[in-house]
Amino acid sequence: MTTTPRWRALTHHHLFWPVAVLVVLLLVNIPFTPDFFSIKMTDGHLYGSLVSIVLFGSPLILVAVGMTLVIATGGIDLSVGAVVAITGALTCAHLSEQADQNALSGVFTALAIGLAAAVVCGLWNGFLVARMGIQPIIATLIIMVAGRGVAQLITDGQIITVSSEPYKLIGGGYWLTLPFSIFVVLAVVAVTALLTRRTALGLLVESVGGNAEASRLVGIRSRRIKIMVYVFCALCAGIAGLMISSNTSAADGNNAGLWIELDAILAVVIGGTALTGGRFSIGGTVVGALVIQTLTTTIYTIGVPTQTNLVFKAAVVIVVCLMQSPKFRAKVFGAKRAAQQPPAPAAPADTAPTADAAPKLEVS
Amino acid sequence: MLNRRKFLTAAVGVASAGALAACAKEDKGSTGTGSNGGGGGKKLTLGFSQVGSESGWRTANTESVKSAAQEAGFTLKFSDAQQKQENQISAIRSFIAQKVDVIAFSPVVVTGWDAVLKEAKAKNIPVVLTDRSVETSDESLFVTLVGSDFTDEGRRAAKILEKVLEKAGHKGPVKIAQLEGTTGAAPAIERAKGFKEVMDAEHKDDWKIVVSQTGDFTRAGGKQVMSAFLQSNPDIDVLFAHNDDMGIGAIQAIEAAGKKPGKDILIVTVDGVKDGFVAMSEGKINAIVECNPLLGPQLMEVVQKVKNGEKVERWVKTEESDFLQEQAKDALPTRKY
Repeated sequence: MTTTPRWRALTHHHLFWPVAVLVVLLLVNIPFTPDFFSIKMTDGHLYGSLVSIVLFGSPLILVAVGMTLVIATGGIDLSVGAVVAITGALTCAHLSEQADQNALSGVFTALAIGLAAAVVCGLWNGFLVARMGIQPIIATLIIMVAGRGVAQLITDGQIITVSSEPYKLIGGGYWLTLPFSIFVVLAVVAVTALLTRRTALGLLVESVGGNAEASRLVGIRSRRIKIMVYVFCALCAGIAGLMISSNTSAADGNNAGLWIELDAILAVVIGGTALTGGRFSIGGTVVGALVIQTLTTTIYTIGVPTQTNLVFKAAVVIVVCLMQSPKFRAKVFGAKRAAQQPPAPAAPADTAPTADAAPKLEVS
Repeated sequence: MLNRRKFLTAAVGVASAGALAACAKEDKGSTGTGSNGGGGGKKLTLGFSQVGSESGWRTANTESVKSAAQEAGFTLKFSDAQQKQENQISAIRSFIAQKVDVIAFSPVVVTGWDAVLKEAKAKNIPVVLTDRSVETSDESLFVTLVGSDFTDEGRRAAKILEKVLEKAGHKGPVKIAQLEGTTGAAPAIERAKGFKEVMDAEHKDDWKIVVSQTGDFTRAGGKQVMSAFLQSNPDIDVLFAHNDDMGIGAIQAIEAAGKKPGKDILIVTVDGVKDGFVAMSEGKINAIVECNPLLGPQLMEVVQKVKNGEKVERWVKTEESDFLQEQAKDALPTRKY
């Protein structure tokens, strides 16, 4: 039970548990896929499980980063999945009508149309929440339900296939041997982190989430901040929509981004942002999203039977959330520590090694 | 209650009007359903309630029913249930109220149809199911089912894989990866069952499914799952995908891994949508087992027989074929969906 101060500082860092979970999940793969961590060059780009995890996880990271700011203001955005579908559908619909799908001007126009639609969705959400005072969960539910219908209307219920090389780059292409989407994610995360941590913006967002009315009284335009975060969230979802449709070079109004809002909220929670608002961690969210993607990939590689996929996922998520809860840790590990102090017979001898082993497992 | 009912009927009416308008736009120059029907005698009226428009397959299915009804000279009353059973039940009730000759529908779900089907039976309106079946307490509530046999599609996939392997000159054990459809969906369960049946009966020693996961019938799912498969089992010989879209996604994953789809990994898929045929004509898919949505003409034939009081089979299976790469280029222009 000797916990050095350094160890204590490490375990108390807000990113410790998410990162520990991520590492454990990655390690779980080794017995099933011995060369899980190997990365090799194939066709002029890097190829390997880790690259795939980042590539397929990119849209989720983006959506979750946007979601983080919304949740930090005490809100929630359920419409991101539908925004993903609408953006992909509009962009691909426009692109597929071009005579030359590889022309950069056409691609950029298509991107602009898609992202503009995303911004409009964000403005609508922000308007309902901040101006009309509607509960965020209800306000964003509107586009969540209706938006997918809109996307299907745009695609005519079909899957629109495009064959545009420049467009394919965004979500499925490679640049400097790495998936291009990694650079997009890095850019968005860097800009978000800079804006929220190097300017007062992050503080303002947190203060609105802590107490919107008090913030307004001290002179913060809380409504404007709220509209801004919903627009930002929708824009992130829009970029994710471009990535998802670009990854398969097809827009599927029915399935693109389906349930991504729930994964995004989960990523935010795993990352340590409180759903009550007032505090957020962009870094935590990124790790949270990677945890979810790694979990998905792990399920595929270790061969969990299809019928038990979701149960397996749920079990892991429950464990992760419990590990994150200081109360739970205090109850389980603390109780054992407490039990040691009085000279109780037999029992402590059994429990002591397990209590000791648990944290060690996490760092191995 | 009455108001609600009226509203629903009106809503269904609006929805179907919209769908009809879309149809008219699609097939250019046609003047609407049934307007050029065969002369002489009273025209047969068919009420058809579709599941919705959730996929390209379904859209093709709808188009086929509409154009076949027009060709047969039937008056078609079409309604789109938008994947809700309550919409479908109210559509069927409105068909009964309008005294159509035959009701056909593609049930959204399997159960819960007894009440409305009894109403139809009481008015002596025969009911024909299309594409999917229902569970009822009373088998006489519907006359027949016009649709595909998913289990047989699985069997056919295994059979055509034999040909594909032979053509590729593959010797020795075959490691198969399977991309399943949405967990719990009938096509996913039955296609897997049919494939395994043939495999266990005839290739117990040499074929083996090494990995099997759901790709949710989507391209994105197929791509993601396949790229994980390729990591955990780099020596996969064959991919069996429960639909074309997952197969198309998987092709992209295989290419990203630096392998050649259709050569390094042989691919067999089910459905036969246009994009699947495009991939096959490029040599990336080796064989496609068709699941034909164009059951309109068959349905109209059955409807006519039912109306005439002739006997029909309990399950009229859709006419479907299997395609190998050589046939892809010829078949491609005929693909409507």
